[in-house]
This record gives sequence, C-alpha cells and structure tokens, in this order.
Amino acid sequence: MRIEGAGRDLDRSQRLKFRFDGKAFAGFPGDTLASALMGAGVDVVGRSFKYHRPRGVMTAGSEEPNALVTLREGAQADPNVRATMVELHEGLSARSQNRWPTLEMDYLSVNDLFAPFLGAGFYYKTFMWPRAFWEKVYEPFIRRAAGLGALSGQSCTDRYEQAYAFCDVLVIGGGPAGLMAARAAAEAGADVILVDENARPGGRLRAEVEEVGGVQGHLWADGMAADLAGMENVRVMTRTTVTGAYDQGTYGALERVAQHVADPGGRPLECFWRIVARRAVLCAGALERHVAFRDNDRPGVMMAGALRACVTRWGVVPGKAVAVFGNNDNAHRTARDLAAAGLHVAALIDSRHDAENLAGDVPFYPGFQVARATGRKGLEGITLRAPDGAETNLHVQALGVSGGWNPSVHLACHMNGRPEWSEDIAAFVPRSGMVPGLEAAGAARGVFDTAGCLKDGADAGRAAAEACGFAGRDMALPEAEDAPYRLRRLWAVAGKGRAWLDFQNDVTVKDVRLAAQENYRSVEHMKRYTTQGMAPDQGKNSNVAALAILADATGRDIPGTGTTTFRPPYTPVAIAAMGSGGQGAGFAPQRFTTSHAASEERGAPMIEAGLWYRPSYFPRPGEMTWRDSCDREVRTVRDCVGVCDVSTLGKIDLQGPDVGAFLDFVYTNTFSTLTPGRVRYGLMLREDGHVMDDGTTARLSDNQWVMTTTTAAAGQVMRHLDWVHQALVPHLDLRFVSVTEQWAQFAVAGPRSRELLNGLLDDPIDDASFPFMQCGPVSVMGVPGRLFRISFSGEHAYEIALPARYGDALFRELVARAEGMGGCAYGMEALNVMRIEKGHITHAEIHGRTTAFDCGFARMVSPKKDCVGKVMAARPGMVADSREQLVGLRPVKAGTELTAGAHLFEPDAEAVRKNAQGYVTSVGYSPMLETYLALGFLRNGRARHGQKVMLIDHLRKRDVLCEVTDVVAYDPDGGRLRG
Amino acid sequence: MRIPCPICGPRDRREFYYQGHAVMLERPAAEAGEAAWDGYLHLRENPAGQTQDLWYHEAGCGAWLKVTRDTVTHDVLRAELVEAGHAD
Repeated sequence: MRIEGAGRDLDRSQRLKFRFDGKAFAGFPGDTLASALMGAGVDVVGRSFKYHRPRGVMTAGSEEPNALVTLREGAQADPNVRATMVELHEGLSARSQNRWPTLEMDYLSVNDLFAPFLGAGFYYKTFMWPRAFWEKVYEPFIRRAAGLGALSGQSCTDRYEQAYAFCDVLVIGGGPAGLMAARAAAEAGADVILVDENARPGGRLRAEVEEVGGVQGHLWADGMAADLAGMENVRVMTRTTVTGAYDQGTYGALERVAQHVADPGGRPLECFWRIVARRAVLCAGALERHVAFRDNDRPGVMMAGALRACVTRWGVVPGKAVAVFGNNDNAHRTARDLAAAGLHVAALIDSRHDAENLAGDVPFYPGFQVARATGRKGLEGITLRAPDGAETNLHVQALGVSGGWNPSVHLACHMNGRPEWSEDIAAFVPRSGMVPGLEAAGAARGVFDTAGCLKDGADAGRAAAEACGFAGRDMALPEAEDAPYRLRRLWAVAGKGRAWLDFQNDVTVKDVRLAAQENYRSVEHMKRYTTQGMAPDQGKNSNVAALAILADATGRDIPGTGTTTFRPPYTPVAIAAMGSGGQGAGFAPQRFTTSHAASEERGAPMIEAGLWYRPSYFPRPGEMTWRDSCDREVRTVRDCVGVCDVSTLGKIDLQGPDVGAFLDFVYTNTFSTLTPGRVRYGLMLREDGHVMDDGTTARLSDNQWVMTTTTAAAGQVMRHLDWVHQALVPHLDLRFVSVTEQWAQFAVAGPRSRELLNGLLDDPIDDASFPFMQCGPVSVMGVPGRLFRISFSGEHAYEIALPARYGDALFRELVARAEGMGGCAYGMEALNVMRIEKGHITHAEIHGRTTAFDCGFARMVSPKKDCVGKVMAARPGMVADSREQLVGLRPVKAGTELTAGAHLFEPDAEAVRKNAQGYVTSVGYSPMLETYLALGFLRNGRARHGQKVMLIDHLRKRDVLCEVTDVVAYDPDGGRLRG
Repeated sequence: MRIPCPICGPRDRREFYYQGHAVMLERPAAEAGEAAWDGYLHLRENPAGQTQDLWYHEAGCGAWLKVTRDTVTHDVLRAELVEAGHAD
C-alpha cells in the first residue's frame, strides 16, 4: 500500500501504467517495479525455487532473492531480473516465474507438502532408482518443478555493447564513502571513475533519515555527485555494477544503459565494460542479513533497512501494522522512521535483553524474539517469545528484520583471497591486498556510521591517488551521524518448523544441520549438498548465517569453519552483454576478396576458407546441382581457359641481401640458388619435423622476393617467419611484411590462358620469354603488375597480380574475355577437383601429422644445409616404410562415390582399428577420367600401387573396393603444364 | 591481462599469440643429439612462481617477446624483445 505524502524518490504529478502477469497497474516516476507492485498491494511477486512457496519483496537492492521476474515478451524476454532494480517506465511489462499456472494458484506448491522428502541432498537420495527413470521421468519433473525464469529460445534481437575504460582510480560504489573517495582522488588530480549500481549515487543515504553537512543526506549526495560530474577528470557511471575483479587491475562492469526506458532509441540495453584502473577503492557498502525463524519467508517479512527504504524512498509498505525485529541498534531506525511516517508500529523487538529503545514512542520488547510468522500469501501475524518462553501473537502485515550487516566483501575475494572474521561486527571484512591495488573503505570494511564512512572514504581515495603519484590534499569532512553500531549475534531462533536461510534456493536451518549430521562438514561440501548460496544471489543474503549454523552444528567457531569462495560475477551478467556483437556474422571477422561483388553477381555461393569467403562455383542456367557446375568448370579449364581468384593465398614480400639464406633455413629445399625472374616450389617444416606449409616463392630481383603460403596457414607462416628471424637467425639482414591484401591475384589456367592474357598485357609474352616457373613485371592496360607462370590445376597456367584496387576491374575483364573465348570463371570446387586429379596436396593432407617423407617429398629435404625441422624429421620412425604414405585411390567400379575421412583396410580384413592401413584425406569426381578419385595415406603405400584396398566409412555406411594408384591421376608426365 | 610490449606499450593480451616456454629460444645445434632435441621440443617445467614464456604481438608490431610472469600471482613482471637478446 501507498502512504500519502511519503516517498522522496517519487514524482507524484504523473502516473505510469505497467503490466504484471497481464494485469494493469500504475505507479509513479521514481518507483522501482518492486515498489510499484508493493504500492499496488501485490504481496506475492514470485514462487520459491523448490517448494513453490509464495514470496514477496525482501530487499531494496541487487541482492533481492525473491522478486525475480521476466521482463518483456518473445525474443526480447529477459528472465530472472530483480524487480528491485527495475526502474518503472510507461508500458513496462513483467511476468512472474516458476509458477504454474499462475502466481496466485500454483499447483506445484504441493511440493511444500512434500517438504519432509525434499530436504538437503534429496536429489541424491530420492531419484536414484530405477535408473531408467532418470532421463524420462525424474529429470523432466525436476526441471519443471524447480527453476527460475526460462529463456525465450529465440535469437536475441536486443542490442548490447561492450566497451573499455581506463583510469587512475576506480571507485566502486557511490555511497558516502565512495563519494568522498572519488572526491579526494579527483582533487589530488587523478583520473577517477566512480561507478554506482543505482540511478543516483548516495547509497544508504538515499534511504536514511539523517543529515550530512547540515542538509538531508540524499541531497548532500546529489550535490557531491553533481560536483564530481562537473570535474574534468571524473567520470560518474550510474546504473553500473562492477561484477568482477580480475588480474592487473581489470574490472568487469555491467551498465544498464537503456533498461529503464520504454524505448531505447538506438541505445543498447546494456553495456559490458572492462575497466582498467591503477588503483581501486571498494566502497560497495554492506548487506543486511536475516534472522532464521519459523516461516520467516512469508511475504511481508523484509529486511529492516529495506522496509524503511520502501517507506522513505517510495512511500510503500506491505501493510499498515508493522513490527521490527533485530539484534542491533540499527534496526531501531526502522521503527523510528515508520512511526514518523504515520504507520502503526506494533512492536520493536530486540533480542538483546539490555538494549535501549532508540526509536522513540513505540512498544519495545527487549530480550524478546520472533518465533514464527503466519499467513501464507501475506503476513498476518507474528509470534513473540518472551525471555521466559511465553508466547503471544501479534497481528501485523509487515515485519522488518535485521540480523546485522555483512560488508560486501565479494569483489575483494574474486582473486581467491579470503576475508577475515571480525568479532566486533560478527561479519567478514576484507584484508588489505586481497586484490592487488584494491582497498576497501567504509561499510565494505565494517565502518558502519556515516561520519566514519566519510572519513574512511576520503582517506582511501587520497591514498589511492597518492599511490598513483599524485599529491593528496586534506579534505574538510562534513558533519554526520556517528552513532555506534552495537549488536549481539543471533542467527536463528530455536523452535520447530522450517526457518529459512537461503530464500532463493529454499535452504533451511534444518538442511544445514542435516548436512552436518550426514558428515558434509566442510563448508564447500555443505554448500553443494544443500545448494546453499548457489542461486543468482550467490548467498549474498544468507551465506554468513548458514556458515554460523554449520559452525554451531559442527562445534567449531566461524573463522575455523571457513567461507565459501566468491567468484565473479557479483550480479548476473547476460551472455548477450559479454558476447555482444558476436552473434551471427559478428561471430568472426569476414574477409572478402576484390572479386567478391562480381562473384556474387554471378550467383556464386560462397564458402568460408578461414575468415575468407570464396566462390564455391559459378552456376549457369540449366545446371541442377553444384556437381553440374563443377564438372563443366573443370572441363572448360582443361579444354579452354578459366579464371579463379587466388588472392586469399598468403603473400609475403621479403627484401634484403640475406633473403636467400633465410629461405634456405625455413624451407627444406634450397632457394639461395634461385635466379631473379624464377619461381620455386618450397616445403616448410615445423621444428618437430612435420610439414607446416607449402607454396611457391618468386625471386623478383636480387633483393626482392615474394612468398606465397596456403590460405589456411597464412597467419601461421607469418608468425613462424617472424619467430625464425627474430629468435633464431637475427643476424640475417632482411625485412619482410605481409602483402596479402595489397595484391589481387588471379589464376588464369588452361590451354588458351596465354592467348587470354596477351589480350590484356601491353607487351605480349611467349613460351621463350615466359617459360614454366618464370615470373616478372608486366603492364596490364597501363597498370604495372606481376605475372607468375605457375600452376595448381596442372594446365598451362599463370597467376597475374595487380594492386588490390584494380582487382575488381581485372577480374571482370578476365572473366569477360574468357567467356568470349568459351572459357569461364571457376570456383573452389573445380579448383579442388583439378588439384586432386594432379595429386597436389593441401591442408587436408598436410594436417600436422604428416612428414615430407609421407607426402613423397623426402628428396626435397636438402642434405646440404640445416633447416627448421630437419633434425627431427630424420628421427627413426619418421622415415620408415611402415609409415602411411600419400597415394591415389580410385574405385574399382567406376562411378562409385568415395568419401573423405574413410579408413583403409585389406580387402578381406575385419574393419577394426588394429587392422587399419590408412585413411582418405580428399575426394572428388573427375569429369576428365569419369570416376571418383581420392588422395589418402596408406601404410607403405608407395610400394602398393596396383593393389586393392577396401575403403570403409563407418559413419556414412560405405565400403568401396579401391585400387591404389600414383598420386597423379591426370596428365602424369606434365606435358600440359609446359604447354 | 596486459603485456607491456617494448615497442607498443601495455597492450591487451587479445592482441598476442601465446607460444610457450622461452626455452624455445635455445635451439640446439643440429648435431646436439636426441636428448637435447627432445628436451628442447617436448620437456617443459611447470613452475609455481616466476616463468618466462613467448608471446607474439600478432595484432600489433609483429615482435616476439619474452615475457616474465608469475603463475601464482598472475603478475606480468616484464617483457623483452627476443631479438634484443642477440644484440651483442
């Protein structure tokens, strides 16, 4: 319900309409979804995880365990959002979760009746047998019955972003300590980022009734925040939660950029930040903790601090008659503030028998405890237990509970540091240096009075700036409240029934005791056995109390029992934010050749080759399948001429007097003897003796060479060359650079290739001036370029290269002229078929486990010089006849399809692993030979040409009798090549 | 994680390619024998504490770096050009 006149955050001049579970409601600007629902009298906002108990709002912050809702609909649905963090806006739509069919009438609340069977470890005990039931019966049931919100199952359509920021001092949290820390660091001259989780900084000052520097605390905070925002060296980031602390002063943070507006207007919903800070000050404040008593999870039972925040900030309360139950002075504020707001405070109950009433004129029960809460869908009353054990009932609709406050130590623990136990405040506090460069200040390290927080923050901010080399200055501290925080620990009220610790995961005091009884005495074991602290709130509200119960049950003290590990993220982060931009085409960069547009205009489907996109084939009218096009392209190249973009091959320009010596060291064969104007095929090994890559290198002049690598290994080869030069042969005088994207390069292949080129070249070539393996400068319609007479297809062929800006024009011109001659453009499929016909290897064959010997290139390893990989390639076993060697294969029955990945066996052998003779690496249909062809590795294969082997593909259920052949199936003497 | 590239300054680790222990810099002579080559290629320490490994500034200047870091604290202590190791 709303309290007239209360609610400092509200703008009551406007009303905002919103929907919850389809029903229409209204709230005010300044409301959260949680406060608006409370204002509208909605007590039950969710169902618990396991028992489906009705639950109401419990906190006023990001630690909220109960009020989890799904925002929006369809692909935009965002599950498990904490209603306490959702700023109300016009048209907001939210749904409750984990209930069926409705929040009011949830059939699965029957689970609550079975609670005796659903205690700690029930999964392990109950769903054991029969075993076959697990997958079909138990698991689907558990998944339906226990859970949170569900994903839509649709692709995310909302925009998210990632961003980076850098600063000297990062201040995490904008309460009194954080504001002062930021101010002190900024005045010293440091670049400061102040991050606050809420819409406006101020922390607890936003909810408390107290003065700072002579003005109301929240107004002082507004003034400080405005001053900071006005400083050039300060960036104030609101609605941003620091979610993790990582190595080297890196912090993850999630900014809710446009979650709070109806229309993001092009802005992302959320942005995930990586903030790098030289120093950080953790001013994350503290979280209030519950006291466990029977049915303490009833809607209307809230944290005392949250209850007074609801009244002070939003003028809402679960009901008119309220009570407050605590074990510390701070709880008294709730009774005081609620009474001042005109509510009927039926009781202030303090478990300390010697407590003084600090709340003024309210009924005060020192030494009493709350033994039980009653009412199912909303609190109806509480049972008070006097020090002598006598019990009386009290009718109330709201109860504020305070078991004390836990400093928010989470971020300080993210690098595996352990906090220390403070007896004074019965809570864990961070140790210095748990995260290098990060120090806690204010309530985050157990300083709970406002004056103390202001001073602690100012000191920490100044120290952080000084650690960055800035000269700190004394700062005037505003006057503020400095009442001591007095508390006597109380974790659980004795008695029958279930008393909740972890609301989100339905863990009770009994569960923890049962775990201890069943010997899950380690806190990490207890956590896993009971699921304590494993829900989205990660035990923020419950871990310390659960630990205390475990310590008690196992006869140890709390520091001796330990703590569980806090890991990032502090609050949930959508994968959509962390991985933003990585959906669909954004998953990896796309590289396009200069002929991409022209190829697409011709209807060529693209295939990915690493990051590159290359045309698969160029379909023509009447062609029904890719094979029709591929066969036609192969025949056209072999009969006439074809054009293919080969720009994706790596190109490395090497210059200097020692290039030849360098190439001798990285290639197995000798390059230093290559004369200018000539090209040589080379093989490169890894240091372990296996083949890394192959390709041609051309010597353009005495001092300039250009190497080509395969498309797949271009990056690896560049990295390798840099390694070899910088680490192994730095005395060699050369420089090299990748020019892959600077040159557009096209293969022109086929018996009429020279005729085609001569139409374009300003100075025609002939066989004498340009024999096989020749290279040289050419002029193409006035543009200087390079020509290489090399061939992957086995035809009389060239590769012509022009600066990339002419690539599109050159490709169109080449293809147009080819077509005029009866030729065509060809794609990857035809290229692949032709290289299989010729037995040329690719990375299907040099897959990292094959040697030069295996590929039939043993003679390419020069005996006259050292090279990378030479020593290890000569190891015993690397050159044995028993090794699998590259062979050609063709089906005995022509036309039978072969499959790559199949294994090879003797024709009569059983197809089991120990009989394996080798495997197939590449297959293709040769339209020239009218049969499928394959390349593969076969044990002692070079000695087995003419023999039969059985190709067996277990995956595709295929067995084909094949003949072993030479790797070169087409034009074995190479006559066509020399044209 | 950031690596202080001597050429480019501190850069995000995503710009670097990781190679492995800096023992790769000590390439044995061709005739050093099997044991030396086996050690060079295959045998690695797995220290808890300071270690040196090789990083390639692939998305930057193309320099190979010898990085000294601590596997326990994750501190990155320094980075040197491998080329500079041969400056004499």
